[in-house]
Amino acid sequence: MDLVELQRKLMAAARANPPGDAVPLAFEKRVVARLRARLAPDPYSFWSKALWQAAAPCTAIMLLLGAWSWFTQASPPPSNDWSQDLDNVVLAAAESEQNYDSSW
Amino acid sequence: MERSESELIAAVLAGDAASFEPLIEKYSPRLFATARRYARRESEVEDIVQEVWFKAFQKLKSYRGEAPFEHWLMRLAVHTCYDFLRGHQRNRETSFSDLTEPEDDWLDRFVTLPSTAPEDADAARLLVDRLLARLSAPARLIITLLEIEERSIKEISRLTGWSVPLVKVRAFRARAEMRKILAKITKEKYL
Repeated sequence: MDLVELQRKLMAAARANPPGDAVPLAFEKRVVARLRARLAPDPYSFWSKALWQAAAPCTAIMLLLGAWSWFTQASPPPSNDWSQDLDNVVLAAAESEQNYDSSW
Repeated sequence: MERSESELIAAVLAGDAASFEPLIEKYSPRLFATARRYARRESEVEDIVQEVWFKAFQKLKSYRGEAPFEHWLMRLAVHTCYDFLRGHQRNRETSFSDLTEPEDDWLDRFVTLPSTAPEDADAARLLVDRLLARLSAPARLIITLLEIEERSIKEISRLTGWSVPLVKVRAFRARAEMRKILAKITKEKYL
């Protein structure tokens, strides 16, 4: 079978039978109606978009602050024993008086 | 007074969606004819054309007015049809063993005496549809534009966005693919 000739004939058949250009009834009105529906503002989608967009920078800031507080923890944590702190303050005053007396 | 295309486009860009309707009315016949080359079901054809108009509406800002609106629109249409073909590639495998009687007869007439197989027969058209449905997406697009619509390589390059050398390579491969499928038909039918 001559495939080249078969191909040529089939392509000629396709050219001889072009598809129709009929448009369904009220097609343009349906398209415009759908475009209008797409254009209408949707408050929920606005907020959800804004929240999603804010989530990434907020997470980044949180991680940075966490890392900063972790690495800048140089001094020991303050003592919860206030009695010891009171003693330290009183003795510090007494020691400084003693030093003053001895210097005379 | 009827507004010109540029006035309608300017109105749509200014926010008047209703001004899009005359454009849809004017160019839809051409779009439907184009879409019918690539889809068989009428619901799919309507979906494709709708998708073309949605894309045209979204991308209208990018239309610079250097070329006629129709050319810009047809380029969108070809891209949309190509996307449709790529999305439906899985449905390509149809057997030629279930040819209808008219198609069988037409092939038999062709084998016996090619000149007796008329090109305007319904059977020939059905065979072409089967053949095109078996081609890969790029092959089908190229064959449709080059062999059936008889467009030039340059035109196809402008419509598809492919370079001229790429169009030529794809045309060569598409023709080879088509011959391979035709060889398979004849093998299935006559062996």
